[in-house]
Amino acid sequence: MADHPAPAHKTRQETGWAALPASVRVTLLRLIALAIIVIALSFTTEAFLTPNNVLNVLRQTALLFLLASGLTIVILTAGLDLSVGANIGLSACLAATVIKSTGSIGLAFAAGLGSGLLIGLANGGLIAFLRIPPFIATYGMLWILHGVTYWYMGGQTIHGFPADFRAIGSGYAWGIPIPVFLMLGFLLLGTVFLQRTRWGQEIYVVGANREAARLSGIPVNRRLVLAYAMSGSMAGLASLIFLARLNSAEGDIGEAMTLPAIAAVLIGGTSLFGGIGTITGTLIGALILTLILNGMNLLSINANWQPLVTGLIVIAAVYLDNLSNKGDRK
Amino acid sequence: MQKLRRGNSVGATLVLLLLFVGFSFANDNFTSAANLGNIVKQSSILLLLALPMTLIILSEGIDLSMGALLTLANVVLATLAVKTGMLWPAFLAVLLMCALFGWMNGLIICRLRIPPFVATLGTLGIAQGAALLVTDGQSVVGIPAQILLYYSGEWIGMSIPFWIAIVACGVFHVLLYHTPWGSHVIALGGNREALTVAGIRADRVLVSVYVLAGVMCAIAAVLLTARISSGHPTAALGMEFDAIAAVALGGTSFEKGKGWLWGTVIGVLAVGVLRNGLNLMGVTSAVQVAAIGLLVIMALMVDGLREQKHG
Repeated sequence: MADHPAPAHKTRQETGWAALPASVRVTLLRLIALAIIVIALSFTTEAFLTPNNVLNVLRQTALLFLLASGLTIVILTAGLDLSVGANIGLSACLAATVIKSTGSIGLAFAAGLGSGLLIGLANGGLIAFLRIPPFIATYGMLWILHGVTYWYMGGQTIHGFPADFRAIGSGYAWGIPIPVFLMLGFLLLGTVFLQRTRWGQEIYVVGANREAARLSGIPVNRRLVLAYAMSGSMAGLASLIFLARLNSAEGDIGEAMTLPAIAAVLIGGTSLFGGIGTITGTLIGALILTLILNGMNLLSINANWQPLVTGLIVIAAVYLDNLSNKGDRK
Repeated sequence: MQKLRRGNSVGATLVLLLLFVGFSFANDNFTSAANLGNIVKQSSILLLLALPMTLIILSEGIDLSMGALLTLANVVLATLAVKTGMLWPAFLAVLLMCALFGWMNGLIICRLRIPPFVATLGTLGIAQGAALLVTDGQSVVGIPAQILLYYSGEWIGMSIPFWIAIVACGVFHVLLYHTPWGSHVIALGGNREALTVAGIRADRVLVSVYVLAGVMCAIAAVLLTARISSGHPTAALGMEFDAIAAVALGGTSFEKGKGWLWGTVIGVLAVGVLRNGLNLMGVTSAVQVAAIGLLVIMALMVDGLREQKHG
């Protein structure tokens, strides 16, 4: 529906692969890529298909997906949020202090989610009302948050949280990691929001054609703020899960997660130019990226290769997206 | 016409003056000759990045990979100089590598049609990863001592970095304002159609701007390596933000291809003074960057509000 509008004028009847709607083709291509990676890894490494490793991959995918799903909504508006990693850093450190001093999991959640939401609102305000280009506003925000976190922590590490809190990051229910349930829950929520609610549909329109959105009476600025607020809140949620898994907080926590999150969204087929993409795509993207990094790990490839590979993947993903959307765009 | 295209650098000048006066009251050492010389030396590395960044932003682009490329150049220069015991061959190799890297940035943006901020975010990862791989995460030490001259040496009473910065400003001024290439770069921002209509290959001009940025990273790498007399896999990570901040403070706009080269010079000095002053007050680097970030957001807010007022 909203993500890949079918071309109105088809000159000749196409059959087979070409007859499929672009969105289905793109999703199929990604699933095939996923299958190839899974098959290749299960043949080349012994450890890949062990239950432990599968659960580990799912746990890592869940964290990346939660962060990337909020970012997807921002990128659907033709925006970008470069501050998500730094948002995790500050939110995690605040939540860590709260749980250490009060012992209350509820207050820790309030602190982490609240700080994420406020940062998102600040980003949204700068972008929607002050007309600062998204990448520069959130890039400035990145460094501000980075500095505030370092100043707040003063080089300290906070560690050792109550077992109940750690369970949300490292616990299991019915043998499955708890973050995986959160991932499925937010997959459903995000999809329903984008496809079945008025606000979600308006976000697609804002991203596809801002002028048309304005003319048709959509409150563009408020939808932009909503998108950045959602991205910020999801970073806040991700910070809590990350914190619970690591069982410690430092000034640079979350710093290395921005590039992978952007990569997951782009591999998932969300267009940087706005208006095209789905949350399901982002889940596939997060899974592909996690499998690649996990596979490199299992094949004992030096971890120093990871930023280089992630960078290449970002560029390749946007390029492939340009190619596959060429037909629809013109 | 030239005047209309200029950004507004009154703000940067005001910020620079305020910071200067503020810090000279707050700290007695701030205005000492030694410290002022230090500010100039430290700012010179940043200037070498901020000058090409101005051109890139004028062309409606951005280069987020500059800090990572400078870091990569630093570790490769150090590694080659240690291995061969010679500086010039190492520098030439780094110069070639950086030019190729810039060329790659340009091609990814032009040929693959990937927006500059995502393209260079990707190549940031590539350069950062390469720097880690070259060094295996370790520092590189034992560079021939003659490299120190390029940072702490003097000529006619001024430091070598100062002279390099002066020459760079002159070259960029001539390139941007007194050559056809310069007018093409200015036209890239906002007037790209006109360029194509005039029969000029806009793609080539754009790629050349990114190649120039790579070359400037190689030159900056010599000063940086001389300053820390080693190679370090995180030496200049994040320095692209200081450069972008200097350009933004200097009044170059991110969307309309409006700006002024000398505004960037003022912006670089403002960033340099802010960092140096906070350093003297014992503020850590991460917090200095936050202060720069706040300054930039405020500058952009003022700009945004002014735009809205004047339509």
